[in-house]
Amino acid sequence: MGQAMSASDVSSSALPATSVNPIGPPFWLLAEITYKCPLHCVFCYNPVDFAQAGPELSTDDWLLVLREARAAGSVQCGFSGGEPLVRDDLEVLVAEAHRLGFYTNLLTSGVGLTEARAATLEAAGLDHIQLSFQDSTKELNDFLTHTKTFDLKRKTAAIIKAHGWPMVMNCVIHRLNIDYIEQIIDLAVELGAEYLELANSQYYSWAQLNRDHLLPSREQLERAERITNDYRARLGDTLKIFFVVPDYYETRPKKCMNGWGNVFLTVTPEGLALPCHTAKMLKDITFPNVREMSIYDIWYQSDAFNRYRGNAWMKEPCRTCPDQEKDHGGCRCQAHMLSGDAANADPVCDKSPEHHRVLTAVAYAQIPDDQRTMIKPLVFRDAMRSHQLSNPVLK
Amino acid sequence: MSTTSAPAAPIDLQLCPRMAKMFKLQWEDVQQSWVLLYPEGMVKLNGSAGEIMKRLDGQTNVAALIAALEHDFATPDLSADVLDFLRIAQGQGWVKL
Repeated sequence: MGQAMSASDVSSSALPATSVNPIGPPFWLLAEITYKCPLHCVFCYNPVDFAQAGPELSTDDWLLVLREARAAGSVQCGFSGGEPLVRDDLEVLVAEAHRLGFYTNLLTSGVGLTEARAATLEAAGLDHIQLSFQDSTKELNDFLTHTKTFDLKRKTAAIIKAHGWPMVMNCVIHRLNIDYIEQIIDLAVELGAEYLELANSQYYSWAQLNRDHLLPSREQLERAERITNDYRARLGDTLKIFFVVPDYYETRPKKCMNGWGNVFLTVTPEGLALPCHTAKMLKDITFPNVREMSIYDIWYQSDAFNRYRGNAWMKEPCRTCPDQEKDHGGCRCQAHMLSGDAANADPVCDKSPEHHRVLTAVAYAQIPDDQRTMIKPLVFRDAMRSHQLSNPVLK
Repeated sequence: MSTTSAPAAPIDLQLCPRMAKMFKLQWEDVQQSWVLLYPEGMVKLNGSAGEIMKRLDGQTNVAALIAALEHDFATPDLSADVLDFLRIAQGQGWVKL
C-alpha cells in the first residue's frame, strides 16, 4: 500500500524564483489603466501625486503591453486603477487579454457596472470580477445604515451573479469599520459572495497619510478575528473568508509581492512599469516606460527591476539573517517610508533597528478614540488634494 | 500540505468528474506545464496531474478515464494513482464528482 499523494505532489503554486534560481516569468500583470475614480477612499494606495501623472496610455499602447506580457509568460491579468470602468476601451482590452489566453480579473468598485457593460464584458471573455464594497470612509455610516448605497451594491452583485461570474468581494478593513465586521460579513452573505477578502489596510500613499485614523487597536483586531472565525465555523464552504492582518502587528515582515521583480509586474496609467503599486515613491530609481522598452527587456534587463533581486543589495540584519529567503527583508517601500532607505530591513521586522517606529504607531493605536488629542483630519483622495500635496506652498 | 492518512470514501467509478466552475485549465508554453487558473491565482500541475485534468469533460466516468489513460500511456494499473489524484483534486475544490 503506497503512501497517499498530497496536493503538493501534484502541484505547486505560482512559482517564485529564489535568489539561487534564475528569474521566472512575470506571471501576474496588473494593468492600472486610469487614475480617474468616482470615489475618494482614505485608504487608497494610488500615489498621492497621481494628479501630476503624465498622459494615459492609449488603447494601442495597452494592447501592445498585453501582447508583450503574454509572450513573456504572464498568465493572470488584473484590470484596475483608479476605477477601470471609467475607461470606455476596457472591453477592448479585456477581449484582447482573453484572446491572448490571460485569465482576466476586473478589480472594481462596481460604479459604472451597468447591465449593458456587464454583457459586453462577458462577451469579451472576462473571467472574474472582484467587487469592493464599503469603499469610501466618507460614506462609512451611510453605507451601513442607509439603504441607498446598499441597494446599489445589491444591484451590482445581482448583475455579477446573473452573468455567471463568481462573486468575489473585497472590503478594506480599518479602524473606522472594523467594529462593524459582523454587518460586513452579513452583507457579503446576503449578496451571495463566494469569497470575501477582509483586507486590513496597508499604510501606503493615502492610507499612510491617514494612518493614525486607520490603524486598529489590538483589541479591535482580536475581536474581529474571533468574529470572523465564528462565521467561518457557521458558514463552512458557502463563503470562504480571508482575513488579512495589518503587518504592523507582526514581528516579521511579509514577503512583499513574493519578492521584488519576482512574480508581479504593474503598469501604471502613464506607462511606468513597476514591481509593485507603490514603487514610484523610490525616487532614486528610474522606472522604465512601456512606450520605450519592451516588457521582456523591462522584466529581465532593466536596472529598476534588477535593483532588489537576489540578496547582494541587502544590509544587516537581512544580509546574514536565516529568514532572508522567507521574506526578502520585507517591503522596500515600507523600509523607505519608515527608515529613509529602501535597502534597509522593513521596520515591521523586530530585528530592524527602526522597529520602534512601528511600535510607536501601534502604541498610538491602542489609545481609545475619545482619549486622543486632536490629530490631523482624514484626507480624502481626490485630484485637487493630490495637486495640493504635490506642490506644498512654501511660507 | 500534509499527506492524507485517513482512508477516504471510495470514489464511485460511474461518476463523471468535471472541473469546478471557477477554474480554468490551460497549457502554458512558457512554463511548459498545465496550470489551473482561478480568481487571481494559479496552480502549476505536474505532468500526470495535467494529463488527468485535461480529460475531465464531465461526460467521461472515472472507470473510462482510467482505461483511457492506461491505453494512451501504455501503462497498466493506473487506478490507484488516478483515484488518489481525484481525491486530492476534490479536496482542493478543483474537481466536482
